Amino acid sequence: MAGKTLFDKIWDAHVVEQIEDGPSVVYIDQHLIHEVTSPQAFAGLDARGLKVLRTNRTVATPDHNVPTIDQDKPIRDDLSRFQVDKLTENCERHGVTLYGLNHPYQGIVHVVGPQLGITQPGMTIVCGDSHTSTHGAFGSVAFGIGTSEVEMVLATQCLMQSKAKRMRITVDGELGPGVGAKDIILYIIAQITASGGTGYFVEYAGSAFRNLSMEGRMTVCNMSIEMGARGGLIAPDETTFEYIRGREFAPKGAEFDAAVAKWRELYTDADAVFDAELHFDAADIEPMITYGTNPGMGVKVTGNVPNLSDIEESGRTSFSKSLEYMGLVPGELLLGKQVDYVFVGSCTNGRIEDLRAVAQFVKGKRKADNITAWIVPGSKQVEKQAQEEGLVAILEEAGFMLRQPGCSACLAMNEDKIPKGKYAVSTSNRNFEGRQGPGARTMLASPITAAAVAVSGKIVDPREFN
Amino acid sequence: MAREKFQKVHSSAVPVHIENVDTDQIIPARFLKATTRDGFGENLFRDWRYDGNNQPIADFALNNPIYSGDILVSGKNFGCGSSREHAAWAITDFGFKVVVSSFFADIFKNNALNNGLLPVQVSDAFLAQIFEAIEADSKATFTVDLEAQTFTIDATGASASFEINTYKKECMLNGYDDIDYLLSLKDKIEEFEKKRA
Repeated sequence: MAGKTLFDKIWDAHVVEQIEDGPSVVYIDQHLIHEVTSPQAFAGLDARGLKVLRTNRTVATPDHNVPTIDQDKPIRDDLSRFQVDKLTENCERHGVTLYGLNHPYQGIVHVVGPQLGITQPGMTIVCGDSHTSTHGAFGSVAFGIGTSEVEMVLATQCLMQSKAKRMRITVDGELGPGVGAKDIILYIIAQITASGGTGYFVEYAGSAFRNLSMEGRMTVCNMSIEMGARGGLIAPDETTFEYIRGREFAPKGAEFDAAVAKWRELYTDADAVFDAELHFDAADIEPMITYGTNPGMGVKVTGNVPNLSDIEESGRTSFSKSLEYMGLVPGELLLGKQVDYVFVGSCTNGRIEDLRAVAQFVKGKRKADNITAWIVPGSKQVEKQAQEEGLVAILEEAGFMLRQPGCSACLAMNEDKIPKGKYAVSTSNRNFEGRQGPGARTMLASPITAAAVAVSGKIVDPREFN
Repeated sequence: MAREKFQKVHSSAVPVHIENVDTDQIIPARFLKATTRDGFGENLFRDWRYDGNNQPIADFALNNPIYSGDILVSGKNFGCGSSREHAAWAITDFGFKVVVSSFFADIFKNNALNNGLLPVQVSDAFLAQIFEAIEADSKATFTVDLEAQTFTIDATGASASFEINTYKKECMLNGYDDIDYLLSLKDKIEEFEKKRA
């Protein structure tokens, strides 16, 4: 019998029932909820007269629509305040742990889970948010769900899901200077397109991922959904165990050792078979940037926008529409293009290492006059750590505006919007039309590239500064 | 709780001839602040339907009076991006019962099925035929038969079969929802928890 993939091992261990020619009933170890995709689910429970089945497996925090200034004051936007209050009320009524706006653990749900040691290898983790794939960095099966499914998990701790196919993406070799986790994932998506992973659960393997920190691995897994994949995961190793050790909700002492012994069994067997296998060479990856309106429309920062003739005929109308929205022309060189905003934050790149990388880059420099630069820490803990490490002082000195934790301009649900027609180089995950505000033009890049753009005022190769 | 049973659909269609339609286009994030499931249709494709001054953009299909019907037809990789179920709610609230594309994003497909909205995936070539039929006659009709799993272009009689797993098909046809089924597994779920503890 052929061996099993890591994904199969975790999935199969969580199947409560398999429906013939239908989905599996999958048990969920950890459910994360936030204010935007949960109210209708709680309303559904109420309509059926049900309570949350396992409150010890559910954690809530508001992140999507919260303001990133004056968080100690009542939220000014009526609808946002109502939605956040609703989350508080629902959690209180059902006995669910909530890290509310002024709690020291509040933050973006995908920053909070790993940081508190809630996210652990071998788990099934879901959240009504597509970037739940982030948690796959720990060797867990984590994926985003809709609100009806949030209701299912609240009510039964289970979900009905068809099993995804398996894909392995191997990247071996050494990354060049100035190239990081974000560049790897933007490179992969540019190679396989924004739908290249649809129907699959992806395992990332190879030395390029092994050599990444946990935060780098989270950046990679986070964007699995941007190639359409159901989720992405990386087998846990010493880096994973050391990251988890000592965190608030991680097992302690002998229990931790016992957990690690179990986690060590979480790997893909040598003879396991994948439905698709892709290989890339780390040496081919350069700092990346997107030019279009889906994350697959990326090139190396020193590259040009593709020509119409490079695009498949059926996709040319959409390609042209996209460039028109972005105010770019086919074949255009991106270097030197003036930028208006730099946004550092989100569940992709709003962690302490991201803030450190930016601070290190801009130390002793100053942002260009034409740039408005926002830094939004991923959580209250990241914010506190950045203050303690002196990063906040460096960033403010360089002219960056430090805001309070939340999803912020990544999806512009709150007031943090990029104005119509303006260019923003963002460390977030989506460059869709209007994603950062109606008419906003987003170019996705790594924190280091974003820092270099902030200093230069235009698109620039961060390696020029070495 | 029972929902409406999915009946055979016989209708004209509205063409949104764009690829990679993400859920931020279907319903922009700034309209996600509601706490009920109703009313999202008003803002379906908001930024393609209305300009910055809230004036309808005449050439967008949903504003063009020559197009109407229960079927939305769109380019490949429909529903990619955010997991927001509000996208499915907006499409059903607007009045669509079927979405046709040559490729659907996974989360959107689940969300659609959980709301009685049928995602019909056809080949690129058949999708092109559907767009051609609508271009030739904006009132061209189509028949969607879930029981037989077929989508037919009435004018030409050309028909394509589509996939749906048996369980989901039964749910759609009978108006069942997943939660009822999961609740019926209560003992099995508890047994599973005990076994793992």
